[in-house]
Amino acid sequence: MYYREAGRLVSSFAKDRRMLPLVQDRFIATLFIVVVMYGVVTMIASDYWFSAILIPMMVLAIATLGLNIATGYTGQLSLGTAGFMCFGAFAAFNLLLRIDWMIIPLAFFLAGVIAGIVGVFFGLPSLRIKGFYLIVSTLAAQFFAEWVFNAYPWFLDYNSSGVANLPPHHYRVFPFQNMTPLNDAFWHTYQGRYLITLTVTLLLAIACKNMVRSSTGRNWMAVRDMDIAANVIGISVAKTKLMAFFISTFYCGVAGAMYCYCYIGNIDFMIFNLRRSFLVMFMVIVGGLGSILGSFLGAIFVYGWPILITRLGDAIFGGGTLDTAFVENNSKIVVGTIIIVLLIREPGGFAALWNTTKQKLRAWPFTK
Amino acid sequence: MAFFIEVLVGGLLSGVMYSLVAIGFVLIYKSSGVFNFAQGTMLLLAALTFVSLTERQVNFWVAFTITLVLMIVLGIIVERTVMRPLANQSLLSLFMATVGLNYFLEGLAQGVWDSAVHGLELGISNDPIFLIDEAPWLGLDIIISQFDIAAAVIAGMMILGLSLFFQYTRTGLSLRAVSDDHMAAMAVGIPLNRIWAIVWAVTGVICLIAGLLWGDRVSVSFTLTAAVLKGLPVILIGGLTSIPGAIVGGLIIGASEKLGEIYLAEFFGGQGIEHWWAYTTALIFLMIRPTGIFGEKEIERV
Repeated sequence: MYYREAGRLVSSFAKDRRMLPLVQDRFIATLFIVVVMYGVVTMIASDYWFSAILIPMMVLAIATLGLNIATGYTGQLSLGTAGFMCFGAFAAFNLLLRIDWMIIPLAFFLAGVIAGIVGVFFGLPSLRIKGFYLIVSTLAAQFFAEWVFNAYPWFLDYNSSGVANLPPHHYRVFPFQNMTPLNDAFWHTYQGRYLITLTVTLLLAIACKNMVRSSTGRNWMAVRDMDIAANVIGISVAKTKLMAFFISTFYCGVAGAMYCYCYIGNIDFMIFNLRRSFLVMFMVIVGGLGSILGSFLGAIFVYGWPILITRLGDAIFGGGTLDTAFVENNSKIVVGTIIIVLLIREPGGFAALWNTTKQKLRAWPFTK
Repeated sequence: MAFFIEVLVGGLLSGVMYSLVAIGFVLIYKSSGVFNFAQGTMLLLAALTFVSLTERQVNFWVAFTITLVLMIVLGIIVERTVMRPLANQSLLSLFMATVGLNYFLEGLAQGVWDSAVHGLELGISNDPIFLIDEAPWLGLDIIISQFDIAAAVIAGMMILGLSLFFQYTRTGLSLRAVSDDHMAAMAVGIPLNRIWAIVWAVTGVICLIAGLLWGDRVSVSFTLTAAVLKGLPVILIGGLTSIPGAIVGGLIIGASEKLGEIYLAEFFGGQGIEHWWAYTTALIFLMIRPTGIFGEKEIERV
């Protein structure tokens, strides 16, 4: 690497515990976020890049982060991710639909809280049921979500088609925004949605980073490694598990709300099916269990692979040669193989690969 | 009352179909501690291969044999490439490996064959027969199809065979030892790899049988993988380690699903509760017995 930890002197505990201890890291991160993500990308990216690549990747990364909190950090297997996303999406939709002064930041937050409460409810059995038996509870949540929003059309504002459009006047990001140039119409564009997604993603990722390096996260990991031992050293297992379920489903709920508001632009319970839950789980495994960086890498890879294959096919064989069935089957085979190979070779996923690479670069060229 | 019994019997018989899927699950879990999520896709792969062969004018028994051999070979390959390198790993990584395998096989099955819907006719008559013809003490007829009876007989035979195998053979004993503790089993000289290869091959065969019966019932297509979702609550109720549990769980889920659909759906504003009702039933049972009805209690030490 071009810079090292050597010579880093700290004069207080606060400085020692910083999220990014190296001044170069802080500089690069700030530069990347402010100049690249908020600056250059916002200015030059096309609608295709916003709508098909950047926004969905960030939204799915948040869902992956949510599942990672439950499964990767706390060891509670959950197959209901898409169901919790569904609760979040419908909560946000109904809040913005029915309350005149509701703004998007508050709606997303409350959507997360509502999904979190649902998550705690379905997480309650985890206090008694352990291991694989627990998947019954999260699967119940998944199927219940798919059913409840179908059976009660009130949630969809009585749209008979099963899909509701999200009109521009739902995109109220701050009060009285229509008096400024940043009005409803701006936030309804992909550029506006990208800015919303980016901000929420950053906030949630930083919050997660801080949680996992504080006592909250250490309790999660203690319960994951062995809940009886955790109990013996004085950690309240019940509180820790329910807390993990709440935070995890909070993230999923916000991701669901963003999935509808920022990515697809309408709301529909059909998309939050079990397959999506599994897709998020693949992102967790491929990226790395118990890693924030991994959540992002996993989401980027699993979501990006089919797009990459389609694009490559178009570039090599001419446009539209590869049919969607081929691409779908191909990405299933590739992702499946990668999951198995990673579990055997590198159970830490892409995040662990990245860390090994970093370690090797640090010592290069003096050792191999 | 008569109606209630008819619904109940219908439910119990559909429960037998769930048990068919559940047996494969239990077999692998009991013998290796692996929660094999790829079960549904193995079912699909077997049924799809069989159907595609018969559609190409291959004789029924030839197609059956080819698929049988394929499933056995697949089982052995899975053991070699996936399970063996992961021996002694945490149960969660083993589960996730099967989820990856599931995805891989899904792509492979549909990539090699196709994703169209195929009809499958096994030649078992679906005609209804009277199980009880105007029973005087109940005042009703109970009508069931021959197909359901055939499925129940096949499931019963498989369960009987497997129970005897686990209880009374040397291999069965080794399998139970392996499921208890990989390391300890290896330490006393049980050939883990050979044992696992046998189990995965047998599971492949069970998948073929279940796949054909399910395929005849609901036609062979991608939706067949949903069978795994019907099998899950069944094994969880029965207990992951119990073969009789798979059949009891299947009967409970089947009955509760049908009864719930008839008697409870109206309280929930309409149709379609069966998807989550089975899981709610399972949850209720698990809250009372956290490791299922027949599951082994785990003793945990720090």
